[in-house]
Amino acid sequence: MDNLMWIFISALLINNFTLSYFLGLCPFLGVSGKLETAFRLGLANIFVMLITAACAYVLNTWVLIYAPYLRLISFIIVIASSVQFVEMALKKLSPDLFRALGIFLPLITTNCAILGLALFSTNKGYGFVEGMIYALGAGGGVTLALVLLAGVREETRILNIPNVIQGSAINLIIAGIISMAFMGFAGLFSS
Amino acid sequence: MNKLVEYKNQNAQEFLKGLWDENPVFVAVLGMCPALAVTNTAINSLAMGLATTFVLLCSSILVSTFKSIIPKQVRITAYIIIIATFVTVVDFALAAFTPAIHKELGAFIALIVVNCLILGRQEAFASKNPVGLSIMDALGMSAGFTFAMLCIGIPREVLGSGSLFNIQLFGDSFEPWVVMILPPGGFFMLGFLLLGFNWYSQKKKERALIKQKLN
Repeated sequence: MDNLMWIFISALLINNFTLSYFLGLCPFLGVSGKLETAFRLGLANIFVMLITAACAYVLNTWVLIYAPYLRLISFIIVIASSVQFVEMALKKLSPDLFRALGIFLPLITTNCAILGLALFSTNKGYGFVEGMIYALGAGGGVTLALVLLAGVREETRILNIPNVIQGSAINLIIAGIISMAFMGFAGLFSS
Repeated sequence: MNKLVEYKNQNAQEFLKGLWDENPVFVAVLGMCPALAVTNTAINSLAMGLATTFVLLCSSILVSTFKSIIPKQVRITAYIIIIATFVTVVDFALAAFTPAIHKELGAFIALIVVNCLILGRQEAFASKNPVGLSIMDALGMSAGFTFAMLCIGIPREVLGSGSLFNIQLFGDSFEPWVVMILPPGGFFMLGFLLLGFNWYSQKKKERALIKQKLN
């Protein structure tokens, strides 16, 4: 139990996917203009990451032990098609949830955070439960980073910012400051 | 003769636009993940730039050669499979020849697959243009990418650990600015570089305006 807790907290705060691994930066900088959109994108991210962890576990256990060189290709194809499949099922079963997450799913299917999750949990040799917890932590971390950045960006809209620094430049510097704050979590576990 | 000159000019143009006017990192803000994640030392930046160059060049050649037989409906999937194949080649080659660098770059080599720069060039250029031009475009874009990687990587290494390509630059009294080689340093460096880029292009625009008025 301790171990699972550690995996979760580590992926959520200490090794935050966006702020310390720089994964999934395109949506991080692109869709963080509004707080609500950012939050929904984060939820979609958690959703896709859970599917990814399940796919990666199945592939690693039954397929890739025979053909390790197919790892990248099979990860991408299997993850992309299962997300598409779940998306279709979701449209039928729960239209409300689909409306909330729908437009983001194609956007984040196999972006670097998703593929990174599959690769990292393979490298760390996680089993099914550990992999799911890791995915939950990583997705939560991405959501947290997105919401924090979106919150700050909403505030900056009413400030008087010089022209040259507007756009990506100011967002990156804000992200750097948030990332610096997150480095404080590094000492959370001493053992 | 005239035609030959024109042909050469076009090739040079495709090459140069990637280096500056349409620089993938500074202007299009593509391929950010590797640009920030592995630029903590100059060697890593260079290795990442070269690996990306190889993948982009090979996939552009293959895509523009087979553009007429790739069905339109599944083209993205086809591009991804082609890219993933070359990335696997690079991954295994680096693990065999330079195990130290491979270990440092880790999963980020594999993540070249999802670098939007590469897929973007296939969709926007290689699938519509002849092989020769696609090669020039791929070379220009990856030169621009490697240039940007070094622009971020060199200052980060110099400031963060006081060395360049692992050679110590300063004496013992140098106090390294550690945050530059940690994750926040990547965000700050790229942020300030973009700021400089914006400032430069704005000045250029203003100067052009003033010139216009004077005329």
